[in-house]
This record gives sequence, C-alpha cells and structure tokens, in this order.
Amino acid sequence: MYVAVKGGERAIDNAHRLLAEDRRGKTSTPDLTVDQIREQMKLAVDRVMTEGSVYDPDLAALALKQARGDMIEAIFLVRAYRTTLARFGSSLPVETGSMKIDRRISAAFKDVPGGQILGPTFDYTHRLIDFKLAADGGDPEEAISMDDAMPQARHVLDLLAGEGLVETPEASQDQAPPGDITRTPVEFPMDRSTRLQSLARGDEGFLLALGYSTQRGYARTHPFAGEIRVGRVAVEFQPEELGFPIQIGEMEMTECNMINQFQGSKTVPPQFTRGYGIALGHGERKAMAMALVDRSLRAGELGEERTAPSQDEEFVLSHCDNVQATGFVEHLKLPHYVDFQSELNLVRKMRRQVEDGIAFAGKEAAE
Amino acid sequence: MRNESSSPDTGNNRSWEVPLSDDQRARQGWMGVLSMAPSARLCDLFDALPEKPGFEFLRKPESGLIMTQGRVGGTGGAFNMGEMTVTRCSVKLSDGTVGHAYQAGRDKKKARCCALLDAMLQQPERQREIMNSIIEPLKAEQAARDLARAKKVAATKVDFFTLVRGED
Repeated sequence: MYVAVKGGERAIDNAHRLLAEDRRGKTSTPDLTVDQIREQMKLAVDRVMTEGSVYDPDLAALALKQARGDMIEAIFLVRAYRTTLARFGSSLPVETGSMKIDRRISAAFKDVPGGQILGPTFDYTHRLIDFKLAADGGDPEEAISMDDAMPQARHVLDLLAGEGLVETPEASQDQAPPGDITRTPVEFPMDRSTRLQSLARGDEGFLLALGYSTQRGYARTHPFAGEIRVGRVAVEFQPEELGFPIQIGEMEMTECNMINQFQGSKTVPPQFTRGYGIALGHGERKAMAMALVDRSLRAGELGEERTAPSQDEEFVLSHCDNVQATGFVEHLKLPHYVDFQSELNLVRKMRRQVEDGIAFAGKEAAE
Repeated sequence: MRNESSSPDTGNNRSWEVPLSDDQRARQGWMGVLSMAPSARLCDLFDALPEKPGFEFLRKPESGLIMTQGRVGGTGGAFNMGEMTVTRCSVKLSDGTVGHAYQAGRDKKKARCCALLDAMLQQPERQREIMNSIIEPLKAEQAARDLARAKKVAATKVDFFTLVRGED
C-alpha cells in the first residue's frame, strides 16, 4: 500500500530547475532545435511515435528534447498529451499495397516483381564508427537517381497466396469496428486485430527479446521474412459533414510479413502461415519482432501446444506496454516509508516467533 | 489513459464505394492536394490571392486525433494501428458557401487557409482561378517531390544471385 507524503515543495521545485538546466547542457553549445531532432534523429522520433501510439513527428521530436533523449519518458509524454485531445473518428484502413515505397525486400523470394529495393538501410554497412561525422560532418553527396522511378509494388505474399501455399489473412467478418484497447478495458482472450493494436504500441526491446526467444527454440516457428516494406501510405478519413472520404495526409510506416511453416491440421492442408508486424515511421526491428510474436500468439488458433512465454497471450500483452511497465516499476522509488515501517514491524514479529519456535522445538526434542 | 470523446468512431465505413458526383470527386481531389501541401508554401499562395471573401468560423481550427487503421497481414480485416494528430476547421463565406478542412498535424493556420480555399473553390466564379493558381501548382510540386524520391529509391534496387555450392 502506498501512503501519500506531504511537503518537500521547495526541494521539488529546485530539483525541476536543476533538471531544466541539465537538460539544456552547457550553454556554450548550441541549443538543439526540434527540427534538427526530427530530421537527424529520425529513427528515435519514429520509435517515440510508434510506442507513444501517435503519429506526429514534430510532437515526438519535442518530447525527445524535453525527455533528454530518454525514449520511454518521451513516449510517456506523448501518451499523456494524447489524453488531452478529442478523437474525431477513425481512418479508413490504409492500403500498404499502394505504398510509395522507400524500401522493400524479401528474404524468401529472390525474384519478386518490382524487385528488391534496399532503400536507406544500415544493412551491409560495416558498423565502423565514422569519425568524419564528428570532425565537421558536412553535407553528404547527393544520392544517386535512376531515370526510371520506383513503381508501386504488390505485396510479395499475394503472389503465393494464389497457389494456396500461404494463408490469406481473413477479411473483416462484419462491419463492426475493430477492438480498441484505448477505449475498452483489456480482456483475454483477445482477438487478433486487438492483439495487433496492443503489440503495435508495445516496447521494442520486450518484443525483440520475445521474438528472439522464438528463434532460439521457445515456441519455434521457423520464420522467413516474406516481405519488409517501408514507405508512405495515404491516410483517408470520412468526415460526417462531407459524406465522402478525403485524404488528410500521408503517414510513413513499416510493414513486415513473416512466413512460417505449418504442418496443417484436420481441416487445413500444410501451408505457410503468417505473422504480421508494423511500426509508424521506419522501424524494421520492431515490425519484425512484432511479426514473430504475432505468429507465436496464434498458437491456440492454429492448434499448437502452448509451451513458451511468447505463446502466452496474457503474459505478453499485459507486459508489453512500457508506459504501464515503467509506471509500476518506477513507483517503487517514491516514498514508501509507512509501508516499509509496517513490514519492518512484521519481520520483527516473525523473527520473535521463529526464535520462540526454535526454543520450543528444542524443548520438544529434548523430551 | 483513456480518451473520452463524444464523437463516434466511423469504424469500417464502406460508403466510399458509393459512386461520387463529379463535384464531390473534384472536391475530394483538391482537399487531398491541400492536405499534402507544406504549410508555408500553401499560406504564401493563399496570401497572394487577390480577393479574399468575408467569412465566419463554423468551427475554429481545432486539433484532435484520428485513429488510423491498418489491415491484418496488409490485406485482411481492419485493426487499429495508432492515432494521428489532425486539425480541422470549418468556415462559412458571406454568400453562405461552407468549406471544411481536415489534415494531419497540428497546424491551425494551415487548416484555416484550407477551409477557406475549400469554400472558395466551390464558388463557380473562383474555381478556375484557384485551381490554376494554387491547386495545380501544389499538385505538380507534390508529384515532382515524389518522383525525385522514387528515382533515388530505384537506384537502390539490387539483384541478388544465389551461388551453387560445389560439393553436391
């Protein structure tokens, strides 16, 4: 039990002023602008958007500045901000098949129509620290352009779905809106679309570790990266006052379709099954880890034995939200003086009982 | 942290499959172009317009959220991906024409410009002028930006080839 404390206002104010000064760092260095963070710390911004669950690069960049680069603190700020805004409605489902592609690769199929597009990737870099960036940085040479622009490309897995070798994701069964964990209390078991919402805002590190565990043999699922694509999709919304949908902007996102072996069941012949992951902005690691965990959580649906943590829906979904997790872990540093005092008394009492018990047992043994 | 708001979710609304009138399709087109325009550029173009009509706000620029939906597996049923900040605004011109704006982000000045332009574009006497001076240039600039990017992306297309191992 937590008993509130009072007092300490002046120390708290002073601590916040010290924090503000430290956040700024030495004033002999230039102040970091939100534009600089948005443009040059893009992947940090994208992670804050994904796990803060609000697409707004400027907001996420500002949160990072305020949080001194602490990702979870920045994510917390974004989550708190969203509670101050009204919701106007839901978009139409974005169509990732019509994405303006920045990157699109398949590790399963070499010759995919539209090609393997590396885009801006760290893959195949040597991971050597580039001291030139510290020396003067400077602007890089302009990227190479081809005469023929990158066309839109169909989903890789659609190509195999025709043969029935890969499962087709089920379409909406009805017109009901998908489950929304920001509106309805979480209940288990959870349907797949609600699970995906929960995983989409889940902590990258947690999902990465769980995804890794499935590869190492805890709920082995034999995954291949069927397709990873990064790019911009149109976001469409139908305002009530218009009665027809309009594009309200674009959103950069990452999508991963993992394909996994499946032995088949009484009703379904052997085929590949799929796990799905997304991230707002560019977040391949997150999208891949999410896809592994999504597939693992389908154990029940696919009649697989549940043996590993990554297959336990309640375990995964109750612990993947880093704002909830940090709230509960970090509250331990707030004053628990009364609480601890009562436990101290309890331990003293128990020790007395144990000492009395030993004395009593000794007496009994002697008899 | 729950966000309580009275506005209902539109959910899986399929009404876009209903054919639109020519006017609706035109309006859908310019509203989309306006939503994608960089704020500074759009406001400059708007300020350069010779005559501005009198208007009143039906809804002052206001920021809120829209829940974005994706599809399971990219092609299946809908799921909620995460929210997006959106700013909306509605105006009524002195002749009674109503204009709306909904666009990603928190830019209130841009939302106001867009709502005014949406109304002015519905006035037959101004439509051609504003299409020519604002919508068409913005559309061309967006296409040019997309093309430049797509050309750079195309340069990263790779042809992997697999090597046959000798021993078998």
